[in-house]
Amino acid sequence: MKKSLKKIIAVALTSIVVMTTLVGCGSSKTTSDTSGKPVTLTYAIWDKNQQPGMQAIADSFHKLNPNITVKVQVTPWETYWTKMDAGASSGTLPDVFWMHSNNFTKYANGDMLMDLTDTIKNSKDVKMSNFPKSLVSLYTLEGKVYAMPKDYDTIALWYNKTMFDKKGIAYPDGTWDWNKYLEVAKKLTDPSKGVYGVVAPSDDQQGYYNFVYQNNGYILSPDKKKSGFSLAATKQAIQWNVDLSQKYKVSPTQQQFADTSFATYFESGKAAMGLFGSWMVSEFKANDYVSKNCDVAVIPHGKTKATIINGLANVVSSKTKYPVEALKFEDYLGTKAANILQAEKGAAIPAYIGTEQPFIDNTKQFNLKVYPEMLDYSVLFPNSATKAKWYEIQNNTMTKVYTGQLTVEQGCNIIDKQMNALLATEK
Amino acid sequence: MIKQKNTSKRSDKKLKVSEKDLNDYYWAYFMIAPTIIGLIILNIWPLIQTIYLSFNRTGDFGINQWIGLDNYKQMLADPIVWQATLNTLKYTAISVPIGVILSLGIAVLLNSKIKGKTIYRTIYFLPMVSAPAAIAMVWRWLYSSDFGLINYLLSFVGVKGPNWLTNPKLALLSIVVVGIWSYLGYNMIILLAGLQEIPKSFYEAATIDGAGPIRQFFSITFPLISPTMFFVVITSMITGLQVFDLIFMMISKSNAVMESTQSLVYLFYNYSFVMNDKGYGSTIIVLLLAIILLITVIQLKLQKKWVHYE
Repeated sequence: MKKSLKKIIAVALTSIVVMTTLVGCGSSKTTSDTSGKPVTLTYAIWDKNQQPGMQAIADSFHKLNPNITVKVQVTPWETYWTKMDAGASSGTLPDVFWMHSNNFTKYANGDMLMDLTDTIKNSKDVKMSNFPKSLVSLYTLEGKVYAMPKDYDTIALWYNKTMFDKKGIAYPDGTWDWNKYLEVAKKLTDPSKGVYGVVAPSDDQQGYYNFVYQNNGYILSPDKKKSGFSLAATKQAIQWNVDLSQKYKVSPTQQQFADTSFATYFESGKAAMGLFGSWMVSEFKANDYVSKNCDVAVIPHGKTKATIINGLANVVSSKTKYPVEALKFEDYLGTKAANILQAEKGAAIPAYIGTEQPFIDNTKQFNLKVYPEMLDYSVLFPNSATKAKWYEIQNNTMTKVYTGQLTVEQGCNIIDKQMNALLATEK
Repeated sequence: MIKQKNTSKRSDKKLKVSEKDLNDYYWAYFMIAPTIIGLIILNIWPLIQTIYLSFNRTGDFGINQWIGLDNYKQMLADPIVWQATLNTLKYTAISVPIGVILSLGIAVLLNSKIKGKTIYRTIYFLPMVSAPAAIAMVWRWLYSSDFGLINYLLSFVGVKGPNWLTNPKLALLSIVVVGIWSYLGYNMIILLAGLQEIPKSFYEAATIDGAGPIRQFFSITFPLISPTMFFVVITSMITGLQVFDLIFMMISKSNAVMESTQSLVYLFYNYSFVMNDKGYGSTIIVLLLAIILLITVIQLKLQKKWVHYE
């Protein structure tokens, strides 16, 4: 009796343990319902700073469609794509999620995204002409639109007013060229205090890409078949940028950036100028020091004017269980109202042309109108189907160039060779 | 009632031996089933899948193409993989001996009659309870060249602190220090348990015979604790060869020392999840598997030379 009682208890406990683990793993499977029964959509994003903005959009959508609730999920950027890739392979992508230009081709080619062409045709408020042409083309594949542009970001010159005032230097006014930039940087560098004129890290989007295009070079040929790293103009621009830290010593070295990020140098008043994208605005706004002492101006120009533009977009998973509801939300995300909400919460510069004003008004302490001003001469952040692989090679090699382990010539040639090999594998 | 049960069982036993045995076997398998099923689904099947993937060129979203030994040929010619293997072996070769010897020393000291033993034991074990991410973050700040605490304290004695995490010669050693520090407590507890099994009478007899504490250590403590030491050395080596989280969190991607510090598991993570090339990543991890198997087999063979079993 005692023995079998023990056995029964053991079995009962084991089954409870096994069942609780299985319940934790399983996902509730409910079928898509269009008859007004409550539906919950998952909306995945990667920027915690933009969560209030996204939540506001989700709430106002819920007011218009009381039966649909949108849950905003934040996954940090470092792990976002790992999670999405796993979700795509296993068919468990969120219903609606943010798409980045780096990964768009991969997901669109892999049939993971829903075609939005019909939704947009039948929509009341949403037209592709409301968005900048470059963004729309970024997210169109073979004539079909797979993503709703959400925002765009450009790169501008941030500077420390206090440090400029101390040395009696005039603020950047949008007319600066490379020589002026370097000249002011030299005046503001003070090695005895550990203060630098600029930060020149081996960052591409917020660094050398801008200078390459300003020098009439390119990173990727317009037909996406050749790498631009072999061009003399490209190498010249990168050399100038590397010289800022290596030759002129107006910037901390790459080794120092490995310990302390370049944004931290700027935020703690150890560097007077830096190039930063508009997505940094909420972080800078929340930082007391930057809020009080810094401002932003148009990016300096080289032989021509250029700034890198990139835009995020909202996409719908092709395998969502609630296609009708998800497309309704997707449609709403492209309306003027949603974009204005995004601007009001200071999340990012909305893609809908003409809705930037609340974004600018929301942050009176910074001269944010410079970001939309640069749209006319903005260059799309280059991407291609194999970007994930050549991007990694580019970054690793550039780190070595910026620390002086490789010369600019050597580094660019290495990248050029491997990038062309990868581009050749794209159809 | 019990007496009745017993006799009935005995008669059952005489008549239906095989049935009872069968019954026991059934219950035994049933009891270990959850663990075995978990092991198979979460460990063994993924292991087989990984080895299978290493013979494929993996595409996006699970579309694979069999390419035989191509990944292996590519890996054997890849200098980055060989550098990473060297880094991993260097990390293990430094952290295991130092770590185990330090743990043994601390365990011996904490086994003696000193005041506040329990407090010391708790302090030494605390790193094991802290989250590895938190440990890495704090040490990363400590090591920061311009703004970290270590270099700040060194500046008081007039020494200019080196670039702990950005100097290629120092970076791996800095990580070794953190690795040893975080595992000291774990190894110490296990060695302590082994020490407490040694009868005090041995030490008393030795003291009577006039043996000093060092002689006692090498003649009594070391041989009798060798089985526990063997376990600690093998597990430390396997853990050391798999080092990843410290490197991932303390060396940023834009750090030029990455190549002289990254371990095989870090390469595996980078290829499989960042660059999405799971085929090549799997190949790298199969290499690590082979290395760990080889080292463990060698250790098991050497066991007869130095481990003293009762």
